[in-house]
Amino acid sequence: MAVLVVADHDNTDVRDTTHKTVTAAKALSNDVDVLVVGQGAAAAAQAAARIEGVRKVLHAEGAELGKMIAEAVEAVVTPLMANYDAVLTPASSAGKNFAPRVAAKLDSAPLSDVIQVVDASTFVRPIYAGNALETVQSNEPKKVITVRTTAFKAAGTGGSAAVESIGGADAPKTDFVGEEVVKSDRPELGAARIIVSGGRAMGSSEEFHGVLEPLADKLGAAIGASRAAVDAGYAPNDYQVGQTGKVVAPDLYIAIGISGAIQHLAGMKDSKVIVAINKDADAPIFQVADYGWVTDYKTAVPALMEELSKLGK
Amino acid sequence: MKVLVPVKRVIDFNVKVRVKPDQSGVDLANVKMSMNPFDEIAVEEAVRLKEKGIATEIVAVSIGPAQAQETIRTALAMGADRGVLIQSDADVEPLAVAKLLKAVVAEEQPQIVLMGKQAIDGDNNAVGQMLAALLDWPQATFASKVEVAGDKATVTREVDGGLQTLAVSLPAVVTTDLRLNEPRYASLPNIMKAKKKPIDVKSPGDYGVDVSARLKVLKVTEPPKRQAGIKVNDAADLVAKLRNEAGVL
Repeated sequence: MAVLVVADHDNTDVRDTTHKTVTAAKALSNDVDVLVVGQGAAAAAQAAARIEGVRKVLHAEGAELGKMIAEAVEAVVTPLMANYDAVLTPASSAGKNFAPRVAAKLDSAPLSDVIQVVDASTFVRPIYAGNALETVQSNEPKKVITVRTTAFKAAGTGGSAAVESIGGADAPKTDFVGEEVVKSDRPELGAARIIVSGGRAMGSSEEFHGVLEPLADKLGAAIGASRAAVDAGYAPNDYQVGQTGKVVAPDLYIAIGISGAIQHLAGMKDSKVIVAINKDADAPIFQVADYGWVTDYKTAVPALMEELSKLGK
Repeated sequence: MKVLVPVKRVIDFNVKVRVKPDQSGVDLANVKMSMNPFDEIAVEEAVRLKEKGIATEIVAVSIGPAQAQETIRTALAMGADRGVLIQSDADVEPLAVAKLLKAVVAEEQPQIVLMGKQAIDGDNNAVGQMLAALLDWPQATFASKVEVAGDKATVTREVDGGLQTLAVSLPAVVTTDLRLNEPRYASLPNIMKAKKKPIDVKSPGDYGVDVSARLKVLKVTEPPKRQAGIKVNDAADLVAKLRNEAGVL
């Protein structure tokens, strides 16, 4: 059996989440092809071809594919499934958007947010905001899977697969109107090695950014936020870490003024090392933190900055 | 125009979920059940469309056990006009839910299906997209803003990089994200009025949809627990531990 991975990319390169999805795909089959859809994504297709163990790269171009419009992506993927037994894609906002659409067209029960491939028909996925794990068997002849990429190691590079151009597709009933993409020199949340994250305790947008940005810059970290901080308007929506936001697993996660609601913990508890700074000693975040510091962040963050400066950071 | 709002009865989001010792599932006995929070947001948005004079009728549909009537009553108390319960005691998978909803759409002919992006029990985030595919309708998922004018809905979506705005031709499926609105509490008079609103009770068989499970749940387990670590007292101690003990700096 052969499997298809639909890549997550930024046109010039494939994201790390694609490498991780290839690892998940390899647990299903040795014959893994990668599909790159986009607009001006030739460089990303070349990058996909360098992922270790990829057999072939398919590359489709189109304006609506560039915006990952679900109807257009589905229209490219579904016909390709004549040649594949499974399609996998990262459980990104784009992947979650188009994958179920493909599944419905194939009359296949989809598998969302898979964290483990037990065998070619058995998968583990979180349910109830990560408070339970479901081991589920699918005998669907065409499987549609979104992958929670933080649970998989990235496939290496060094491959040299061929890139084949295929036809694109559009979405006649959907028009792209515009987007507000947050531009930042900081690493992306999903790919960052270090994340500093703030909660409602910050009290205002000025305080949130004023406190966290210098610390993030010092550490080369991405910035995250709890749902409470996003709901309160202190941070934009794409900062949200949690079950319904982004699920992250960096080497170091520093939670500042975050109490640790279940919903938030579901999004970060697979981080390698968790630091919690909170003045409430009973905050649930301390139950998952490797290093807890019961103190007011207002004094803790400047002190932390000073110590980091001593290290030349 | 008519708006269809699918609502699901799920374990209340404040309840701490317990996995059954025999690993057959999650313990739902004597647990508080509520409307899926994302669906509440969808009902609220539909009611606002009606208050603006855009929607003329709101139909709430639920697929679940007899008690899902309570969930429909909640939607009726918030402002939906009538309900349809497709009664099934067995768990219905997302694909079969989408097929049932497709059949309801054929009967009701709504211009918009407004629904939660995911249910907080299965966390599949799939039904809206699958319904749109089965109907060959456009979809606008993870909505944080919805504007309906003429034969188009302009929807701002929460995506990984920020926000994306799409204009979809109606009829369309729109799924709601957290920040679309804050659902109202139903007033007592509206709760009383909701008791008189009609609910049709149907079965999956009435729609000719096979709802047998495609996936087999082998077991449900607790996730590995993370142990609480140690407390530090100052920044120097924390940085030293992160550097020397954890090796992450």
